[in-house]
Amino acid sequence: MNYKMMGKFISRILLVEAVFMVPALLISVFSGEMKSVLGFSLSILIIFLLAIFLHLICGNSSKSFYAREGLVCVGLSWIVISFLGCLPFVISGAIPNFVDALFETVSGFTTTGATILNEVEGMPYGLLYWRSFTHWIGGMGVLVFVLAIGSSGDSKSGFTMHLLRAESPGPKVGKLVPKMKTTAEILYAIYIILTVINIIFLLIGKMPLFDAVCTALGTAGTGGFGIKNDSIAGYSPYIQNVCTIFMLLFGVNFSCFYMLLIKQVKSVWKDEELRFYLGTVLASIALIAWNIRGFYGTIEETIRHAAFQVASIVTTTGYATTDFDLWPAFSKMILLMLMLVGACAGSTGGGFKFGRLLLILKSIKRNVQQVLKPQKIQVVRVNGQSIDERVLENTNAYLAIYVIIIVVSCILVAVDEFSLTTNISAVIACFNNIGPGFDAVGATCSFSGFGYFSKLVLIVDMLAGRLEIFPIFILFLRDTWKHR
Amino acid sequence: MKIIIAGDGKVGSTLAKQLSAEGYDLTLIDEKSKVLEMSEERYDIMAVQGNCAEMEVLDRANVKEADLLIAVTNADEINLLCCMLAHGMNAKIHTIARVRNPEYTKQVYEMRGLFGISMMINPEGRAATEIGRLIKYPGFLKRDTFAKGRVEIVELRVESGSKLCDLTLNDLGSVIKCSILVCAVLRDGKAIAPNGHFTLKENDRIFVTASPTNLTMLLKNLGIITHKAKRVMICGGSRISYYLAQALLGSGISVVIIERDMDRCKQLATALPEADIINGDASNEFLLDQEGIANCDVLVTLTGVDEMNAMISLYGNSCGVPQIITKIARIENSTLLNSLPIGSVISPKQLSSNAIVRYVRALRNQAGAARAIHYIADGQAEAIEFLVDENTLHCGEPLKQLHIKKNVLVASITSGLKNTIPNGDSVFEKGNTVLIVTSAKQVIYSLNDIFE
Repeated sequence: MNYKMMGKFISRILLVEAVFMVPALLISVFSGEMKSVLGFSLSILIIFLLAIFLHLICGNSSKSFYAREGLVCVGLSWIVISFLGCLPFVISGAIPNFVDALFETVSGFTTTGATILNEVEGMPYGLLYWRSFTHWIGGMGVLVFVLAIGSSGDSKSGFTMHLLRAESPGPKVGKLVPKMKTTAEILYAIYIILTVINIIFLLIGKMPLFDAVCTALGTAGTGGFGIKNDSIAGYSPYIQNVCTIFMLLFGVNFSCFYMLLIKQVKSVWKDEELRFYLGTVLASIALIAWNIRGFYGTIEETIRHAAFQVASIVTTTGYATTDFDLWPAFSKMILLMLMLVGACAGSTGGGFKFGRLLLILKSIKRNVQQVLKPQKIQVVRVNGQSIDERVLENTNAYLAIYVIIIVVSCILVAVDEFSLTTNISAVIACFNNIGPGFDAVGATCSFSGFGYFSKLVLIVDMLAGRLEIFPIFILFLRDTWKHR
Repeated sequence: MKIIIAGDGKVGSTLAKQLSAEGYDLTLIDEKSKVLEMSEERYDIMAVQGNCAEMEVLDRANVKEADLLIAVTNADEINLLCCMLAHGMNAKIHTIARVRNPEYTKQVYEMRGLFGISMMINPEGRAATEIGRLIKYPGFLKRDTFAKGRVEIVELRVESGSKLCDLTLNDLGSVIKCSILVCAVLRDGKAIAPNGHFTLKENDRIFVTASPTNLTMLLKNLGIITHKAKRVMICGGSRISYYLAQALLGSGISVVIIERDMDRCKQLATALPEADIINGDASNEFLLDQEGIANCDVLVTLTGVDEMNAMISLYGNSCGVPQIITKIARIENSTLLNSLPIGSVISPKQLSSNAIVRYVRALRNQAGAARAIHYIADGQAEAIEFLVDENTLHCGEPLKQLHIKKNVLVASITSGLKNTIPNGDSVFEKGNTVLIVTSAKQVIYSLNDIFE
């Protein structure tokens, strides 16, 4: 294990995090919130000193860096940035309890959007901005950002492939262009441009600038921290519709946007995952709208709320325009199913991913046909390309471990004696990076009622969900830390 | 520059390593997803899985925007088809194809036109040429030519009791009485750029630049025997053996080839009527003795197994064969192997990938680009040949006044037919050919890169 090289990498990530806190500090200065000015300036100082310290003790390191180091590096980086990212909340006194602050920060970075705050509107502006910003940077990935701004020398070696694979979700992650640095730059360029367009559309709807920026950051990362107690419900229908459309956009695989940019419209149109995703969304909206007819005054309002909630849940964002906990069971069931699936592979959303579900469904279909014609050789194809058997095996294994984690977490969280719905939906909402669940953790409630132990379990779930399990889990393996 | 490499085999992955280190946009195509995954994890490249002679796969590799396609799969026909298709899809693309079948190499020039191929490369043919050169000029471990054959870099081992032992480089000229330049020394597996006070030690491997006439003088003055080879024993009947035997027989050297496979022996016997083709296992020492290993002038081990080649060469050394050449295909720049007395080591994949890298660099920058590159000192140093043109800085200024980067050495200046080993007062002018020796970590694209 090349600890020095890892230390160097983490020190760079810390520097980036310190720089990211500067805008939040400026916002605090402008709005004259002395406590959060103190919180941010102290945090920046601590992170900066730690980065320099790590950099110095890790001096000259050998370049040997393999898959194992790459994966451990991803897991450790996310834990480290979460621990340091919660400093402003603790120091400023806005969330004095450390576990609560950590929960809030992890929920931010992993784009979950589950909050322990019952009263959001009283929070200082600087901290509100920082909360939303953690969504944005966590959505596309901190390490991908470091790859994009880093010198091309680092990305020359192939280990960066593991960083990209660990951070961008999906069963099969590939580069867009041959060079890692260029790939990372393209991803962030698309991301930034879409976010800016989102802000502009929100401003057109007369949303205040600060609200627009925070909402757009939360939408882009498919996070879901609102800056109002009632999330998006208080804004105009136009703003709600803009949010619906942009949430759906950020749930699409980013390579589709790249394909559009290089004018390969046809391959985007034919993309099976995208069709599956949009088809599911439209069907869910139709079914829910039919199910909740009569709940709202007009058809327009019914469809708007149905569409918003479906988009918010399927992309694992977690904004709300209405309390969907009051909806009939059929609608809630559809939403729960959408929670499990999540967004497309290669998007900023969480969950199991449509891409994986597609692979699972196709291999089930193959297995069923195998019963009828045992001698028939069949190859699973997606978008006309055959899928390697190992990818299928990995996907099946992922499904198994995914279910096991949910079950184990539910048992652990159950010690707090909440209702069955609360337990299961809280774990699913955290593990899939959605945010709100049902019942006691519904759209209008918060996670503050859970005990410290449950909160820690949910924190691990959020991290494991965001990084697709393995980078977090190998940290607990003894083999990982053995000297070789 | 965007480059597509079709075929992720021995040559393909060596190329990927060298070219990705130089910062090109590389896309690798191969049918096996496992090897692609390995390469993807090691180098900064994009991988495309599929048959490279399929237009859809080439399209996925973005052949329309690529500048160069290098087809190095193990099948000649696929390489040719791949290049032809790529040329059809993108008229501006340069293509390099590996063609190794001797029957095709006869028609290289016709095929180049027909398939729109810019360069054809035959690794075995290249290796055979290299071995042939070594046999014709014994005494050196390795020999690279520059400036159309007017300058050479040779590798010598400082044997115990040699005149070179414990000699400082400043005194070199007076002892060996000819004009040579020691541009790199490999000691204990580490390359050193020597200065005038450097003292040579036993078992150092030194890299020397000189003109061919001076090299002959050097060998004579050092007392290294340069008898002409008359009898060559080749172990293994591969394609290289065929090319080599053909060339050697052509210059009147008698050849023995030992090959295990009966059918292959018959093929060789048909193609090379003058050679002695022996059917037997070359690792059998009794057979080697029987075929007169002790009396042959050169032993060349070309079997398909690296370890076997090394073992046979060691046996040849113990029998006192004056010159030994060993083919090592897989193990790269192994310090362990180089410490063994197995003579000169030839690596076909390295030779062909060097030739391709040279072509790529020339393509990148038509003016001022390197004309030839050779890796010396186990790949730790590079010798690069440049043509001085109007864009070159500091023309006509003595070298001692120039600020040249550390670890860069001007090893020779050739103007017209005359070659000089430079000293502080030397100058280069437009039209001259300059040979630079530098550590392989430093990437030098044009001659102007050598200045601080």
